[in-house]
Amino acid sequence: MNPNNYLVLAGILFTIGAFGVLVRRNAIIVFMSVEMMLNAANLAFVAASHITGTLDGQAAAFFVMVVAAAEVVVGLAIIVVIFRTRRSASIDEASLLKY
Amino acid sequence: MISALIGLPLFGAALLLLGGRRTNAWGHYFAVAMSSSAFIVGVTQFIALLGKPAEERSIDTTLFNWISVGEFHVPFGLHLDQLSMVFVLLITGVGSLIHVYSIGYMAHDENRRRFFGYLNLFVAAMLLLVLADNYLLLYVGWEGVGLASYLLISFYQHKPSAAVAGKKAFVVNRVGDVGLSVAIMLMFVTFKDVTFSGVTAHAQHASGHSLTLIGLALLLAACGKSAQFPLQSWLLDAMEGPTPVSALIHAATMVTAGVYLIVRAHAIFDLSETARTAVVVIGAITLLLGAFIGTAKDDIKKGLAGSTMSQIGYMILAAGLGPVGYVFAIFHLLTHGMFKAGLFLGAGSVMHGMEDDVNMRNYGALRGAMKITYISFGLGFLAIIGIPPFAGFWSKDEIIHAAFSQNLVVGLATLLGAGVTAFYMTRMMAMTFFGESRWKKGVHPHESPLVMTAPMIILAIGSVFGGLALKFLGDIELWLEPVVGVAAPKDPASNAVLIPVTLTVVLLGAGYGWLKYAKTPVPALAPENVSLLTRAARADVYGDALNEAVFMRPGQYLTRALVWFDSRAVDGLVGGLSATVGGLSARLRRTQNGLVRSYALTMVGGAVLIALVLLLVRL
Repeated sequence: MNPNNYLVLAGILFTIGAFGVLVRRNAIIVFMSVEMMLNAANLAFVAASHITGTLDGQAAAFFVMVVAAAEVVVGLAIIVVIFRTRRSASIDEASLLKY
Repeated sequence: MISALIGLPLFGAALLLLGGRRTNAWGHYFAVAMSSSAFIVGVTQFIALLGKPAEERSIDTTLFNWISVGEFHVPFGLHLDQLSMVFVLLITGVGSLIHVYSIGYMAHDENRRRFFGYLNLFVAAMLLLVLADNYLLLYVGWEGVGLASYLLISFYQHKPSAAVAGKKAFVVNRVGDVGLSVAIMLMFVTFKDVTFSGVTAHAQHASGHSLTLIGLALLLAACGKSAQFPLQSWLLDAMEGPTPVSALIHAATMVTAGVYLIVRAHAIFDLSETARTAVVVIGAITLLLGAFIGTAKDDIKKGLAGSTMSQIGYMILAAGLGPVGYVFAIFHLLTHGMFKAGLFLGAGSVMHGMEDDVNMRNYGALRGAMKITYISFGLGFLAIIGIPPFAGFWSKDEIIHAAFSQNLVVGLATLLGAGVTAFYMTRMMAMTFFGESRWKKGVHPHESPLVMTAPMIILAIGSVFGGLALKFLGDIELWLEPVVGVAAPKDPASNAVLIPVTLTVVLLGAGYGWLKYAKTPVPALAPENVSLLTRAARADVYGDALNEAVFMRPGQYLTRALVWFDSRAVDGLVGGLSATVGGLSARLRRTQNGLVRSYALTMVGGAVLIALVLLLVRL
């Protein structure tokens, strides 16, 4: 099977994720879309690693997983606090910090 | 010893002005003591000079080297010679009398200490002016008396008119001071020296052109300080100051500094016919102008101020006549210093008794209520109109004689001036002391206390015997000869004709004044339907209007145009630039809308843009 297909799939997943971040209002969904983008990147890393025959991409994928785990902890905590105070998880409503 | 002359009043001024309220109780006595001790020092110096032969009668001291730059050296040197000596005696003598008078005159003023501090400052500056041995140091004294004059004119600073008058005097004097500074610069360029002795020595070798320029610049300086045409307008307003100030600064001493300057720089005027002619013309114009203004003033002090202008016009005219006149300019300056100070003090005494009213139309018949003032003022009056043997006769007659010996027109101008002087002084005398009383209700004229009348009496004695003493006892011509040169001899026969003619003119003027103001009742309000000439004289011959139209208004328009340019063009450019940046950033700020998704879109857009650029560059 042509490894380039994995790269195409990674591109499709990244685009879906980015699209989700841009159009959805629910913070949880946006968060999931971000995760999808990260994992699309991971898929691209691993595919590239397979294509080139080196382990660099796989190492990078591990780094991304660790960072993503840490980011999930912080991000979810923020979302929970926002939900508690505002009774809503819509990111458009949390727009007090502006001009 | 000479530096003590300046040092004593300077110390008094410093102590009174820096000492604050602690010196309130005794400050005026201290100021009198400083001024009188300067007078005593002056007298001892005078006696010391008398003990020497005529050629050696000068004392020089150099206190320190003041300025030394390249080939320009100015010592802080003092020079006491016969000319400075008479000035020192006049300044400290009349000055001390006026200090004493002020104790009484300013008794109820809460700022009396400040007043005496300024008076001492004036005496110190004036002494520095006449004792300096070079023009640059003279300039320091010149500015010092200008400062003291400004401070004292606007002494009643709560009155807007006094504040404005002080400012006016300062500004007009500044015009004259420019003349003096230009003259000093020209002297340095021409002679490489600004000391009196150096200028006198080098003057012969300089070109006539530069001498004329220096002479005209000096004349401008004299015009400013001595209130000569066309810079005369400040002196009438200067009467806003307390009356002792008018007597000391604006009659006896400071305003005569211009005469001193011209006589001191006689080496330059001797050699420049043009500059001398200009001096004579200015003097003749001012002597007639001042007398003319004096005829129409109802304010007793302004009448005397017009008279001062006129009398200084005589002195300037005499100084402009050259060697034939220098001595008589100084002679008249000294007699004028005595009788005019006496007249001003008399006017102050009258004001003191009349609740500070200066309008002569509210006076009348005061000779009964104020006997001492009446007699001393009357003696001053006889001196100024030139009745023999009073002081003014001797000096004014000499000037008229000298003027006729040089030029008929100038002589006639001085003769006419003498007649007009007699007229306006008789008018003043008649309106104040004769006729019927026109006192306002509640005014009870009374004689002033002894502390005020004593100086008036002494000055009245000077008005009676001053001329005789200087003419016969002291012989001022002989005394000043080493400084100003031998006075050219005049035809004594012509004087025998001239004296009766002058006296006739004087008596005509006085008689007309007597008929008009003593024999006929004086209306309590100034008549409105008067001739154009009277209107002109009341308005100071439109000097202020002319200054306003020619200098003040165009200056105002210029500054307004500059302000407009500054606020519209310069500020518009700078302000417009910042407003543009500000407006743009206000727009840009709107993109910070708080919506996370719009930030995300921006990031995506940016990332896409970067990717596109990278692709394009690679292709």
